Amino acid sequence: MNILVCISHVPDTTTKIKFSPDNKELDKQGVQFVIGPYDDFALARAVELKEQIPGSKVTALNVGKAETEPTIRKALAIGADDAIRVNAHPGDSLFVATQIHEVIKNGEYDLVMMGRETSDYNTGAVHGMVAEMLGWPGLSPVMKLEINGSSVSLQREIEGGHEDIETQLPLVAGCQEPIAEWKIPNMRGIMSARTKPLEVREPVPSDAKVKSGSYELPSERSECRMIDPENVGELVDLLKSEAKVI
Amino acid sequence: MGVLVFVETENGAPKGSALEAVSFGKAIADMVGGENVALVLGSMDGSGGDSLGSAGADKVLHDPNQEYDKGLIAPTSSAISQAVEASGADHVVFSKSSLSDSVAARVSIKIGASLATNLVSVPQKAGDGFQVRRSIFTGKAIENAEVSGDKVVFSIKKGAVEVQGGGGAQNPETVSYSISDSDLKANIIGSHKAEGDVLLPEADIVVSGGRGMKGPENWGMIEDLAKSLGAATGCSKPVSDMGWRPHHEHVGQTGVKVGPNLYVAVGISGAIQHLAGVNSSKVIVVINKDPEAPFFKAADYGVVGDAFEIVPKFTEALKGAN
Repeated sequence: MNILVCISHVPDTTTKIKFSPDNKELDKQGVQFVIGPYDDFALARAVELKEQIPGSKVTALNVGKAETEPTIRKALAIGADDAIRVNAHPGDSLFVATQIHEVIKNGEYDLVMMGRETSDYNTGAVHGMVAEMLGWPGLSPVMKLEINGSSVSLQREIEGGHEDIETQLPLVAGCQEPIAEWKIPNMRGIMSARTKPLEVREPVPSDAKVKSGSYELPSERSECRMIDPENVGELVDLLKSEAKVI
Repeated sequence: MGVLVFVETENGAPKGSALEAVSFGKAIADMVGGENVALVLGSMDGSGGDSLGSAGADKVLHDPNQEYDKGLIAPTSSAISQAVEASGADHVVFSKSSLSDSVAARVSIKIGASLATNLVSVPQKAGDGFQVRRSIFTGKAIENAEVSGDKVVFSIKKGAVEVQGGGGAQNPETVSYSISDSDLKANIIGSHKAEGDVLLPEADIVVSGGRGMKGPENWGMIEDLAKSLGAATGCSKPVSDMGWRPHHEHVGQTGVKVGPNLYVAVGISGAIQHLAGVNSSKVIVVINKDPEAPFFKAADYGVVGDAFEIVPKFTEALKGAN
């Protein structure tokens, strides 16, 4: 079985987001870039599936400029067998989905996995777009995924619970925890990642329909008002009369 | 011309976020011309047309086929595309949910539309497209972006618009869309849903507990407080990781993002990943025994003290006040 795992290259989730003085771009100073946290779950599960199913292979795919290669190498260190980088700035969801679709069309993949969303733009749209372009079933957010031959059993989160689903390969899955535990690369993985194949392809033409103009930070909250723990009634009064939320 | 709004229902009634989407659709229809049409798939009780009309729908389409109650991505996407084609709408509106993320994406491809997600306000018309404001980095920032294209699919965040009251009730028009075999490749074999609880992403008030609650056996206190506020319950990531509470209650960067009017955090220190899931809340109350807990910096009201003493007192005070 061939699994394609699409990974994003995003600021670590603990990053305090800042922008350049003209608010036109992200201030990358001191920012550590990582595999998107949801994509990391997808990758971990893909590597587990590879270990369970003989003859399987995991390919990591990223749409990004050369700066994303350390992130791709990390995916190889975690257990992907090879990687593809589509050499382009990931303009918008449609652009990225178009590039992923192109890679799948030119390959032989049975299962395409990625995070339910990226943690930078949070669109949650790429897996749905790719599935639609392929005419495959696409499911998200997937919390459990088991493969038995060409049958797939999975669990999808719904608001207030979850549902169990059965379907067939090929499939696109948008993943989230607890599908697998994040894997931390070991020394052998890191060493072998250096020599695993990382192919660079040029993008197919596609126009981003959403273009970034400027960024801003949300307005700061006013100072926290401390309430005497012996007088919680005051909190109730304030929520009613001052904040007017109850 | 015109706008089509996909209305998600819960127990047969339009969800609060869907009414926001209808009011958003009305604002778009006022800009681009044409009707604001609300589409309901699956079971809907009799009063649905009243609330949708009041929120700004010029027309309500309803396909009562119960197959849609399953909330499956592919059949829902197909039905919406058929409705778009039949109505001639060139703008489609969704309220963000775990279902609509996938559905909006599929619909945008099916109808060849641009997709603008996570909008936090009504956009402005700009040339051939729109100037939109959208939430990025899980609520840590806002982007002003331009969306081009003759057709646009919008997905809005909770609270992007106030529901406009005052529109006339609408009598739903019954329609029937086809479901092809290729839309039915995924079969639901079991569904597990907490009954009767307030849905976390929809809730106006949320009460969450963290590691400070010391164990799942102490959650009764959180539930009592939630009940007295009419709130949904949530939890921090460690709490769901340890299995004290189910994953669908995990609030934060990699869990549910909430935007209630009031968020009450009990025994949660306020790691940046948790804050990312709650930062669009209007008012935040933090109860924590550690005065240095970072959450106080992101809170509007704080109480330093033992949750096991404060929470029952809070619940009592609320009962006394009602």
